[in-house]
Amino acid sequence: MDITYTAEEQAFRAEVRDFLRDGLPGDISDKVRGGRRLTRDDHLRWHAALNARGWLAVHWPTEHGGTGWGPVQRHIFDEECAAAGAPQIIPFGVNMVAPVIIKFGTEEQKRHYLPRILDGTDWWCQGYSEPGAGSDLASVKTRAVRDGDHYVVNGQKTWTTLGQHANMIFCLVRTDASVKPQEGISFLLIDMDTPGVTVRPIITLDGEHEVNEVFLDDVRVPVDNLVGEENKGWTCAKYLLTYERTGIAGVGMAKAALRHLKSVARRQERCGRALIDDPIFRRRLAEVEIDLMALEMTNLRVVAAVQGGGVPGAESSILKVRGTEIRQAITDLLRRAVGPYALPFQHEALESGFNEEPVGPDYAAPLAPQYFNRRKLSIYGGSNEIQKNIVAKMILGL
Amino acid sequence: MDFTLNDEQRMLEETAARLVRERYGFEQRRRHAAEPTGYGAGIWAMMAELGLTAVPFPEGDGGFAGGGVELLVLHQQFGRGLTLEPYLASVVLGGGLLSRLGADAQREAVLPQVIAGETILALAYAEPSGGYDPFWIETKAERAGDGWRLSGAKSVVLHGDGAGRLLVTARTGGGTGDGDGISVFLVDPTQAGVGVRGYATIDGLRAAEITLDGAAGELVGPEGAAADALEATLAAGCVALCAEAVGAMEQACELTLDYLKTRQQFGAPIGRNQVLQHRMVDMRIALEQARSMAILAACSLEADAAERERRISAAKALIGTSGRFVAEQAIQMHGGMGMTEEAAVSHFAKRLVMIDHWLGDSDYHTARFAELPEAA
Repeated sequence: MDITYTAEEQAFRAEVRDFLRDGLPGDISDKVRGGRRLTRDDHLRWHAALNARGWLAVHWPTEHGGTGWGPVQRHIFDEECAAAGAPQIIPFGVNMVAPVIIKFGTEEQKRHYLPRILDGTDWWCQGYSEPGAGSDLASVKTRAVRDGDHYVVNGQKTWTTLGQHANMIFCLVRTDASVKPQEGISFLLIDMDTPGVTVRPIITLDGEHEVNEVFLDDVRVPVDNLVGEENKGWTCAKYLLTYERTGIAGVGMAKAALRHLKSVARRQERCGRALIDDPIFRRRLAEVEIDLMALEMTNLRVVAAVQGGGVPGAESSILKVRGTEIRQAITDLLRRAVGPYALPFQHEALESGFNEEPVGPDYAAPLAPQYFNRRKLSIYGGSNEIQKNIVAKMILGL
Repeated sequence: MDFTLNDEQRMLEETAARLVRERYGFEQRRRHAAEPTGYGAGIWAMMAELGLTAVPFPEGDGGFAGGGVELLVLHQQFGRGLTLEPYLASVVLGGGLLSRLGADAQREAVLPQVIAGETILALAYAEPSGGYDPFWIETKAERAGDGWRLSGAKSVVLHGDGAGRLLVTARTGGGTGDGDGISVFLVDPTQAGVGVRGYATIDGLRAAEITLDGAAGELVGPEGAAADALEATLAAGCVALCAEAVGAMEQACELTLDYLKTRQQFGAPIGRNQVLQHRMVDMRIALEQARSMAILAACSLEADAAERERRISAAKALIGTSGRFVAEQAIQMHGGMGMTEEAAVSHFAKRLVMIDHWLGDSDYHTARFAELPEAA
């Protein structure tokens, strides 16, 4: 047993670090570290820098322009990116729809879409959730009815993350309502410029516009945009979810957040002493750091177990539950660290062009909004309760 | 990175697992506990015969030079069986400290008997007013002719009543709480100046309150400079306890899961109830997190002292909390049965909660973790 990284893995880490030092634009990492908003262009610049290095398509096989990295390399890459203040790779194109196209798509679909994902021509968003179907994806109601060479799609999708930036959406649609819920679903690619597609913002409790509703009214989608077989979309959906689960523990992001928390607690004064010297706060900090150490080891155990091939199974549900709880605990402490300065609502201070004096310390403005924003972690991607159902069934046999 | 065991470690695991499987069923354990020593004398002899008691000692002392992973592997199995034998007290703590500090002659005189299971050692380090702090030592050692005389009191000494020799920490300098000025002495508990008040512990082990009133002690190692060796020894003890907790948590989880699948109420197994399912999942998550920390602790025993201590405290803190969580949930989900002496699960629960009281609880280790300097 040896919990240290091999020499090759350490060399790889150094290579990633070197790249990040030169390849990650400083204005972007400043925004990430300061908790300020990123623009569409910021994301695209970062994707372009990764693509130029050949490191954008972390999960793809090399023949399609991917890295071909194993789980340990992906883990190291995630960790270093988070430590450097890199934005998360927007997953919908690169990490979600692309693996599905590679696995189930036609040659024509691969030739057309994959290069456009890599070079940023297409920005994808996800059309899985519906107002009546949260974690219960099999109950999607959006209908697609065949009409000659087209499907006519009607319905509504919701929680469409960054859909306001997207020109393409991949959707689960019902193509047969007469069979069992999982059997009549198809996986459809829809150009959002098609008439009948409407995107409406949903403003979340932190005051931000991150998610959207997407309305589909008599949208005519070419039959060529079907991935896999008609009514077999559930296979694609499940396959995509296994990709959504990799890196699910968020250890790199949690470590970065914990470092930020410590730096805030060192700078924050309470009655003449630094907050980090307050025994109660110190203790809370220690508890969450210890939990994170345990999660990191648990994550490494799972990563090492799948290193030989395959994707993690239900263990990733354990990582999701614990990972999200810990990240939420850290944002909770960040908010509490600034005390009364969690109160001011400084929406405009999150804008990169903001030049006024902020109320309170300059790191305070994003902390309460981020705390509220991160409540989503235990809800999306299959709520933590759903994850527990999975563990109960798949691991415990209950 | 590699989380697999090598061939020797796997063999060690299999040996210990077989011992526990074949000789440590719940009823057998009851019989071992009823023996005069409070553990199975025959089992203890067998552990020595199988070479298990030699595992952590360096080859020069007649051991197999096992490290943290070997301790992990052994004690995880001990935890599964809730073994009562004085392995932790005599081999890991007493023997470990003597092996680290002792002069050649002292090690040669005592360690072969320890490895043979013939002499039991106990480490008397804690004191009534010191809580869990091993440096909170008021016991004094003063020179008397060629030797030393010890006075003071030691509390809850694991297997302190059955030990042939005691390793006693005492102050030869420095103030209470200081790392400097701590010395270690070999003490014969049968002499007139030693009072031993033995008792059973709630988790079924033996312990003793020990008073020293001018008792003769033989200095082990350099005068006043035992702190580092003491810390290293207690770190190994923590690895053993963390591993035992993981073994006990595995069993508590298995017993509870089995109960959820078989116990019927309202016409269905109670495991159909989603609230209970989610609790069981939370127990499983706590177990996996504990397992991860036991591995981290085991793999950190040979790290430099600062990093080792930080990780050991993190592991002991997390395992104290998660062990208690698993224990409480296991009792709750067993309902009234979990409250009974005859149910195995209640004994695993008691051990899990009590492990938090041995060698520093989660409050102590969390606070210690918070104070220890971070590695660069």
